[in-house]
Amino acid sequence: MQIGIFTVGDVTTDPTTGRTPTEYERIKATVAIARKAEEVGLDVFATGEHHNPPFIASNPTATLAFIGAQTERIILSTATTLITTTDPVLIAEDYAKIQHLLDGRVDLMMGRGNTGPVYPWFGKDIRDGIPLAIENYALLRRLWQEDVVTWQGKHRTPLQGYTSTPRPLDGVAPFVWHGSIRSPEIAEQAAYYGDGFFHNHIFWPASHTRQMVDLYRRRFEHHGHGPADTAIVGLGGQFFMRRNSQDAVNEFRPYFDNAPVYGHGPSLEDFTHQTPLTVGSPQQVLERTLGFRDYAGHYQRQLFLLDHAGLPLKTVLEQLDLLGEILPDMRKGFAEGRPPHIPEAPTHASLVAGAGGAKDATVYAAADDVTGHRAEEQVAQVRA
Amino acid sequence: MTAIVVISAGLGVPSSTRLLADRLAAATAASVDDLEVVTVELREVAHELTDHLLTGFPGQALAAAIDAVRRADGLIVVTPVFSASYSGLFKTFFDVLEEGTLDGKPVLVAATAGTARHSLVIEHALRPLFSYLHAVVVPTGVFAATEDFGNRGLDARIARAAGELSALMGASTSAAPTGRRTVGDEFADPTPFEHLLQQAGAA
Repeated sequence: MQIGIFTVGDVTTDPTTGRTPTEYERIKATVAIARKAEEVGLDVFATGEHHNPPFIASNPTATLAFIGAQTERIILSTATTLITTTDPVLIAEDYAKIQHLLDGRVDLMMGRGNTGPVYPWFGKDIRDGIPLAIENYALLRRLWQEDVVTWQGKHRTPLQGYTSTPRPLDGVAPFVWHGSIRSPEIAEQAAYYGDGFFHNHIFWPASHTRQMVDLYRRRFEHHGHGPADTAIVGLGGQFFMRRNSQDAVNEFRPYFDNAPVYGHGPSLEDFTHQTPLTVGSPQQVLERTLGFRDYAGHYQRQLFLLDHAGLPLKTVLEQLDLLGEILPDMRKGFAEGRPPHIPEAPTHASLVAGAGGAKDATVYAAADDVTGHRAEEQVAQVRA
Repeated sequence: MTAIVVISAGLGVPSSTRLLADRLAAATAASVDDLEVVTVELREVAHELTDHLLTGFPGQALAAAIDAVRRADGLIVVTPVFSASYSGLFKTFFDVLEEGTLDGKPVLVAATAGTARHSLVIEHALRPLFSYLHAVVVPTGVFAATEDFGNRGLDARIARAAGELSALMGASTSAAPTGRRTVGDEFADPTPFEHLLQQAGAA
């Protein structure tokens, strides 16, 4: 079981002080949070990708490489990579590159993005969201699996004899999760490829998460990847804890009441009842988290959203310390009653082992290092 | 058994909007055997409606009301007139319904107001809204100004509208296939990925 955190990189005013961090502060805070996540023993840090204010989450691979250089062990991932508006050619190159830099300590979660206006900035149309996610990902897979790709589709220029470099580390592409809140098509996509499926979970009632995860599991089996209970499932989660539960409620309430997503809507009490948000003592967070299995089945990855709603960095780091304290019990709880045939989330090491060992996938092209011309092209020119 | 849901957007207790809604329901029950009537007072789910706009999912009582609408054979919808149209609360309920919920569903539209000058709100505001939502709007809409209550003309319009609603439910088109796939369909019987690939043009 992998336990970690994810961030969407929002720059939000702290409602208790009225202070809004600068982009510099928020970017550096993200790095501090990731380092802390490794320090307290978490397995995964994932960052979102956004291209509009109030987010600082553009250029995720630079962020992940920077964090990777300052950490040793934690898996770095995305939440999410915009498969709709990002050229799959760039995704193939960028993530293979950090796969090498981080010695395989990287995977990705595909998502479609949040708002319509973002699409045209990248020459796309939100009404094509699902077809873009499908076509782009189909191409991305080929770019990682095949050394030379000739391809034609609807949404980008054709490719002829294209080689994405660097080739995936050890000949194995990064593991891919597909994140979707509401679209059954994306659960179907994850199931079709036997990839992981991540449900945001936070901000939604358990009944909704259950039907998305059920659909993915059922279709995973249908597409021949194994029994439904062996499908690779990840869930989000959200908590605020203090040693005394009433302290947690009192301190978090102003953040809740003004939060960008649910603020000015339901009460904290209603929302903690309706969704996985837990505000209380470490023991309450522990028990609630272990209860997610009741409707999602045994799963592979639990990511918490902690740095949001304008919470200051110091508070977020304290939350991570508290999470670190209950982590051993959380791991023990997740292991309890977990049948041996339930797989762990794939890692670079397990994927390499599954592929029969590491093999260098470098494509050596006989090219002129100045002009980029290949010898055979020159021969062809001479003959012509 | 036939099931109808009565949506009343009145705010007062008691409210003339609810009074009209009850009379329309009673008149419908008189002409339909074994009629199940569920009445939804939008006032009681007003907070949940606002929360739904902000969070994207319904609370428990609102979810039950939406589900009753989905399963109903017909609807009676009654709103007070606010600023020459249906009230914001009334509109919000129909704003949060999943697309296609009212496809082919017979809907009796009705409104109340303090003055008869608002009577065309039925034709100007309510009928276009429910046409847009692909409901089958009952030909007779019922408008009641304060002065209409106790007036025999109102009784006649209620009886005629209820009769038309019963007739339309008898020939209900809501079970007819519309070709629209709902979220429920996608969960029960997902579009196979091979088909999604073809649609995306990335075979």
